[in-house]
Amino acid sequence: MTDRAVGRPAKAARSFWGALPLLTLIIMIGPVLAGLLGTVLPAFGYLPAAGLGAFSIAPFTELFAWKGIWAATRLSVTTGFAATLLSLAIVTLLMAGWSGTRAFRWLETLLSPLLSVPHAATAFGIAFLIAPSGWIARMISPWLTGWERPPDVLITQDPLGIALTLGLVTKEVPFLLLMALAAKGQSASAQRMRVAQSLGYGRVSGWLKSVFPVIYAQIRLPVLVVLAYSMSVVDVAMILGPTTPPPLSVQVVKWMSDPDRSKRLIASAAALWQLALVIAALGVWWLGERIVARIGLDWVERGARNKMWDKTARPLGLTLGTASALSVLLGLLCLTIWSVAGFWGYPDALPQSLTTKNWARRWPDISDSLITTFQIAALSVVVALALVIGCLEAEHRTGRSLSQKGLWLIYAPLLVPQIAFLPGVQTGLIMAGATSGFWPVALMHVVFVLPYVFLSLTDPWRNWDGRIDTIARSLGTSPTRVLLTLRLPMLLRPILTATAVGFAVSVGQYLPTLLAGGGRVATLTTEAVALSSGGDRRAIGAFGVAQTLTLIAPFAIATLLPYWLWRNRKGLHG
Amino acid sequence: MVNGLHLNAVAIRQGTKTLLHVDAHIAAGEVLTVMGPSGSGKSTLLSFITGHLAPAFTATGSVTLNGQDITALQPEQRKIGILFQDDLLFPHLSVGVNLAFGLRGGSKNERQTAIKNALSDIDLDGFANRDPATLSGGQKARVALMRVLLSEPKALLLDEAFSGLDHDMRAQIRDMTFAFARQKHLPVLMVTHDQEDAKAAGGPVIQLGA
Repeated sequence: MTDRAVGRPAKAARSFWGALPLLTLIIMIGPVLAGLLGTVLPAFGYLPAAGLGAFSIAPFTELFAWKGIWAATRLSVTTGFAATLLSLAIVTLLMAGWSGTRAFRWLETLLSPLLSVPHAATAFGIAFLIAPSGWIARMISPWLTGWERPPDVLITQDPLGIALTLGLVTKEVPFLLLMALAAKGQSASAQRMRVAQSLGYGRVSGWLKSVFPVIYAQIRLPVLVVLAYSMSVVDVAMILGPTTPPPLSVQVVKWMSDPDRSKRLIASAAALWQLALVIAALGVWWLGERIVARIGLDWVERGARNKMWDKTARPLGLTLGTASALSVLLGLLCLTIWSVAGFWGYPDALPQSLTTKNWARRWPDISDSLITTFQIAALSVVVALALVIGCLEAEHRTGRSLSQKGLWLIYAPLLVPQIAFLPGVQTGLIMAGATSGFWPVALMHVVFVLPYVFLSLTDPWRNWDGRIDTIARSLGTSPTRVLLTLRLPMLLRPILTATAVGFAVSVGQYLPTLLAGGGRVATLTTEAVALSSGGDRRAIGAFGVAQTLTLIAPFAIATLLPYWLWRNRKGLHG
Repeated sequence: MVNGLHLNAVAIRQGTKTLLHVDAHIAAGEVLTVMGPSGSGKSTLLSFITGHLAPAFTATGSVTLNGQDITALQPEQRKIGILFQDDLLFPHLSVGVNLAFGLRGGSKNERQTAIKNALSDIDLDGFANRDPATLSGGQKARVALMRVLLSEPKALLLDEAFSGLDHDMRAQIRDMTFAFARQKHLPVLMVTHDQEDAKAAGGPVIQLGA
């Protein structure tokens, strides 16, 4: 009697499907590693493209001799931690105080679409709201403030990075909230809360003690992604961050775009310094987790019911959550109004007239970058979808699921700060003599789009009833036909949602487009950010609105198409 | 005895633990009932026979169907039909296309005629264009049964196939299934926890221990 491979795919097919996850990992990790190498070499003085071939630590000596280095370093660290802690706190308070209530569902509906609004558009919207000449100041002037002219105070681009932090928080709250909601499904939180409350615990303390640990364990990776991102963000920092000196990551971009190629040495050294800061910060966070867990355990053991907390914690959570959602929405509204504004004097709350002239004048630029944006997004999303579906199908056919380690590798491009490896990618492309920026940009977008497509598609894919496969195969259907005629059509809705999510990620990318494109690829995002220094609000408004509309379209299709296609199929409307 | 479904010294292990050990022969038109508490590996045995054994399990022994060893064949080459507790009609396809999914070969006309006759056999004339989700439980069960039969299986497996139906419907669908199986001379392996199912089958019963 011998062991047999029972019903597993034939060897050739197995090796194809077995190799697919590996290929995906190479596509994901390859550019990151190559980019890091391309950053490390110039950071130590090696840059043949600029005629520099001698290894030295001069770039680092030069970096630390730069007078802005410590201010830039401090900004990176404080905004990173502040934005992450605040976002996590708001999400925690909201869920602790309100999950399961009508107010929570309402806020959830409000926040979910905000996830897809690009960082740049959000940041512009917030700048338009809170600037001394912004909408809020106009609303309360002159009757409350007495201002007839914008006051001379630095609200956006403040030296402490407060505006930058707020801008990051408004974008990260929806992200973390959606991650936490996905985790909530597997945490039996309603039952846990019923037990905690029947034992006399307050809503907030009961939730913190019985549900939070499970949920945090599952959103840990996204939280770390937020920390790494907030420390090293470029586009939001260019719009809302201080300028003299700017945050470290912005300074790297400045040095990278200097016509003097030898400036790439100090840029690379600074990029590595940024990477070191992020690694150190992730370590500090890890340590903090352990300390909080220790303190939390003591707190749980003491058994205090903390019922009074609810009185302050619940209103606070709701207020902060609503404020976060409203600032994005009002910001977008403000962008829209500016894009069609005629004369708008200070301190009028609204423009004197509306006009389409702004749009008409900028339409050639907008439509050009719209087409490029769409092409890059479509290409990167199609590649990412194919790889993700391939990996999931491989998992199904080989019976081997992706390990936790593999998952971390897929997230790696999100954890390694973009600013640490994208300069290297650009340097490498220049050394390789690449002229066109389109293909490198599309490939880099795949690297950032794929993790989100993976995240969005994995659960629906794995939750598909495997007995459908058993039945279909026993009816004589090949695995490929099962995939094409059953699994993919039945999963149309999540696949379209993943497509829309991927689209949103691609459209929002700033740094990969700028650096991998060598400055030659103009998308809506790069154009909008480039306008930020000019301060032409009508132009910024038009680009911001165009950017946001580009995202609404795929989400609308993802919602409406299945509804229309399956209008006579009740079984597919969960 | 070449015809029928043979389970030759089939043993399924999970790690080092032996889950079950079965040696059985089911003649054409006969129903073998497998009973046992949950966790005794009833469904695992069926997934071994259809070729869907999860990688966590290892199996020894062989399955022969009408004299052919099918143990190493792909699931779609085995010609073994299976029915589950849920109807598992493909929700995005009409009733008619669900039936067509199981059909093998034939011209367009022949296929349409076959589907029409099949619907008539289960008293669902004119249901071809219906959304499966709009059918009653009994109607869905009949479509699911007919879908398997149209694929011309050489054996039929029933995995708690009648458990989701209420008492009267259950007897009706069960009798219909056994009648079709006898008419087509199919060996049937039925997994159930219901004594009534076993009694109605009238064949031998294997008890798996937990």
